[in-house]
Amino acid sequence: MSALNPEELQQARRAERRKRWLAFAFVVPLLVFILLSFVAPIGAMLYRSVHHPTVAELIPQTLTQLEAWDGQGLPAEQTLNTFTVELQALAKERLSGKLAEEFNRAYAGMSSVVKSSARKLRREKTEDLQSAGGQRLLSLHKRWNEPELWFQVKRAGAPYTYDYYLTALDLEISAEGGIQSREQAQIYRQLYGKTLNMALIITLFCALLGYPLAYFLANLPDKKANLLMILVLLPFWTSLLVRTTAWIALLQTNGVINSFLMGIGLTSEPLEMLYTPFATVVAMTHILLPFMVLPLYSVMRGIDPSYLRAAMSLGAKPIPAFVRIYFPMTLPGLSAGALLVFIISVGYYITPALVGGTDGQMISNIIAFHMQSSNNWELAAALGSLLLGLILLLYWVYDRFVGASNIKLG
Amino acid sequence: MAHPAYYGLWHKLGSALLKGSSYVVLLFLILPILVIVPLSFNAEPFFTFTEGMLRFDPDAYSLRWYEQIFTDPKWLLSIKNSFIIGLFSTLLATVLGTCAAIGLARDEMPGRRFITALLLSPMIVPLIITAAGMFFFYSKFNLAATYTGIVIAHAALGTPFVIITVTATLAGFDMSLVRAALNLGAAPLKVFFDVIMPLIRPGVISGALFAFITSFDEVVVILFMAGPQQRTIPRQMFSGLREQINPTILAVATLLIVLSVILLLTLEWLRRRSQHMRGIEN
Repeated sequence: MSALNPEELQQARRAERRKRWLAFAFVVPLLVFILLSFVAPIGAMLYRSVHHPTVAELIPQTLTQLEAWDGQGLPAEQTLNTFTVELQALAKERLSGKLAEEFNRAYAGMSSVVKSSARKLRREKTEDLQSAGGQRLLSLHKRWNEPELWFQVKRAGAPYTYDYYLTALDLEISAEGGIQSREQAQIYRQLYGKTLNMALIITLFCALLGYPLAYFLANLPDKKANLLMILVLLPFWTSLLVRTTAWIALLQTNGVINSFLMGIGLTSEPLEMLYTPFATVVAMTHILLPFMVLPLYSVMRGIDPSYLRAAMSLGAKPIPAFVRIYFPMTLPGLSAGALLVFIISVGYYITPALVGGTDGQMISNIIAFHMQSSNNWELAAALGSLLLGLILLLYWVYDRFVGASNIKLG
Repeated sequence: MAHPAYYGLWHKLGSALLKGSSYVVLLFLILPILVIVPLSFNAEPFFTFTEGMLRFDPDAYSLRWYEQIFTDPKWLLSIKNSFIIGLFSTLLATVLGTCAAIGLARDEMPGRRFITALLLSPMIVPLIITAAGMFFFYSKFNLAATYTGIVIAHAALGTPFVIITVTATLAGFDMSLVRAALNLGAAPLKVFFDVIMPLIRPGVISGALFAFITSFDEVVVILFMAGPQQRTIPRQMFSGLREQINPTILAVATLLIVLSVILLLTLEWLRRRSQHMRGIEN
């Protein structure tokens, strides 16, 4: 029977609450730091993948007037005229190229329509244009007469859009407004497929190489196991760039492996190994193998060898004994290692960028390309958030089954 | 491995096969790294062994690539940058991470599981996403292409390792020691430095080493965020590997391997110390 009176109970609760706040207070500084320095930037990037006000900032009045357009036939004369005036203003400020680029992204072929119209408008007087009405624009380029084109202008002008996600999934909006597969090249879906495929192969190789090694190491006497573990941990601690450099030195046309193969007469001419998917898989297997060996080793060290001995002395053959007794006990380590290797390899950037060549690129490399070269940051953000969604899903699984703080660091 | 008497021929063969394949995998792990070391002494500007090197002709070896590192202002700047950024971000990550790990180790901590997963996520999120997000966000606050911005970014990437290592040492930590110290009248800060700290120090130091190597080895965030003034060693290696491959990179790589051997030995020493302190006999 509880002997606490209400006052004591309240006191105990208060003490409990204070303890909770105290624990939380220790975590707060880092929590705030991570939210500001890490979570907020990623959140802002995700927002960028759906929020795209560029067109709305370039032709605000046209878009306001287009709202009244019902999509049947051409927009009103007044709207066309407003657009002509705004286009001329942009042409004079040398911003029409940007508009052309934005439109072209929404509807292929629009770039030349906008550019040629802008070029013609640049020389005209603004007052004349204002009184010329909508016909002036229609005479600049015959494609302004297409209602479909105006439909796309309206869509491109919306500040919030899921277009980049459609592009990232190789989808497009059809003329009827439905969603369909893009007719031209299926780039990104294929790339996601390839990335997952390569990550799977790398994970498989890591498991095939790591499992026997971990088993061997786990059954050695302590001293010897610790010594050989250094050979696993040293690569783990060695710079990523160093390991990638090593593979370039080994795999290149005049590299160590080719010289060796030709030296012993196995091949007469050098094999093309660097700048292929093969190079990406080999180098990444090498880089990620310790992430597989460490959790396996730690689980296997904890398995009492007498289980296996007992099974065999009771008459089980070695292989069935291994498969039915030992292997199931190592599954936590195997799944922890496999998940971690898979998660890391799906999002890998540096190694494929340096050794993969054109065919060995993964999704991260395309994201970097859209960030740095094509300057299509919104598409980069959309591709990135799809990747992030996948990673977070896997991370959630990892956290549920392994526990996020149980990652083995050696 | 000694074989019990009931082992048959197949079993012995199997374990020989296991031993053989394990050594092959170990070689696969270590050889690529070891190959770099002799190549960095190549007298010729190649990434492979010359005939002279294979004959052990002393003239085929030289220190010219090492000389080049220490005379090239670009490499010198990048070495300086790597250490400065590494040290400051380690400091920040270690202080914040240790503090948080102590809070997270308490059973009373509300929402422990979710917060832990959140705080560890910088380790899991692909660097390209982190780098892209940080570049835009930090630019808004004029932090891109500054030392401050990069130190903050690297500290964020390093904290998960500090949390993991400190949490591991705290797992064997007896909280009644803290209560005892407090009951005996010690001030909270004194308890922290005189009671908690000595016991978790191995975890804190190895976490700091991980945070340092994370920053020291990081290149994706640097690629996106750093200006020419903040180029680090990995950044310099990255452009070297992309543009003109020359053995200076191998010489740098060799120096980095030496550094990682030193770090590894320090960690191993810490691990033994920690086990010793907790009374686990090895």
